[in-house]
Amino acid sequence: MTTTATTTQVHRIYIKATPEAIWQAITDPDWNERYGYGGRGSFDLRPGGRFEVAASPEFLAAGAPDVVVDGEVLEADPPRRLVQTWRMAMDPGLAAEGFTRLTYEIEPAGAAGTRLTITHDLEGAPGLAAMVNGELEHTGAGGGWAFVLSDLKSLLETGSRLAG
Amino acid sequence: MPDDDLVFKALADPTRRHLLDRLFARDGRTLTELESELEMTRFGVAKHLKVLEEAGLVVTRRSGREKHHHLNPVPIRLIHDRWIDKYTERRVSALADLKSELEQDA
Repeated sequence: MTTTATTTQVHRIYIKATPEAIWQAITDPDWNERYGYGGRGSFDLRPGGRFEVAASPEFLAAGAPDVVVDGEVLEADPPRRLVQTWRMAMDPGLAAEGFTRLTYEIEPAGAAGTRLTITHDLEGAPGLAAMVNGELEHTGAGGGWAFVLSDLKSLLETGSRLAG
Repeated sequence: MPDDDLVFKALADPTRRHLLDRLFARDGRTLTELESELEMTRFGVAKHLKVLEEAGLVVTRRSGREKHHHLNPVPIRLIHDRWIDKYTERRVSALADLKSELEQDA
């Protein structure tokens, strides 16, 4: 059968940093609030553990709820693999699309540094798929995973975020 | 090795841009699906996909016996953030400077 997995998005980036540094940048709120959309993402890194992103002051000022993204840790194998569920909780329409499955894979890639691959299974979540793919950037919804990863790379390689 | 040169080279070909457009329209296609939409041999399509994969613009995933091709937009984003933002920002600020200069003189 060729029922293609069109609802799965794959975002891959190469970063000149150790797998440990990348793992920390993803899972430590003191790090993950410094790039991307700017919320503090807390992980209880064991199967069944809670995941939630607290709204940044900017988001709160714009009327967002305290928790903007939530989910559950399914698998945590530092610094190589993190599997979790992921739901956009701040928007009622997107929240209604429910929990999606997100996998981070971190692999050494020789001279290119470390390869980070995000696989986001977005079955039944077309609105969220458009958002995390950056298709709604013109509406102010941000550039999705590509933007988040580009910003993460900039932070880890240069110590500072992308300008603007 | 994925870097800007490989991305620019991969994009400098109409067939490869067409393949990316096909994947943008519907992601995760197999070689057989992509081949059926192009006037090109399977070997030709596979060759182009390999160039895209080496540039990081396509990521393949295996599912059973099938290999699915996914569009990876991240390298294009990096070029956008590294090159396009930089120059458009400069142009905008140059215009802003010109405006304030002209307004001062007036």
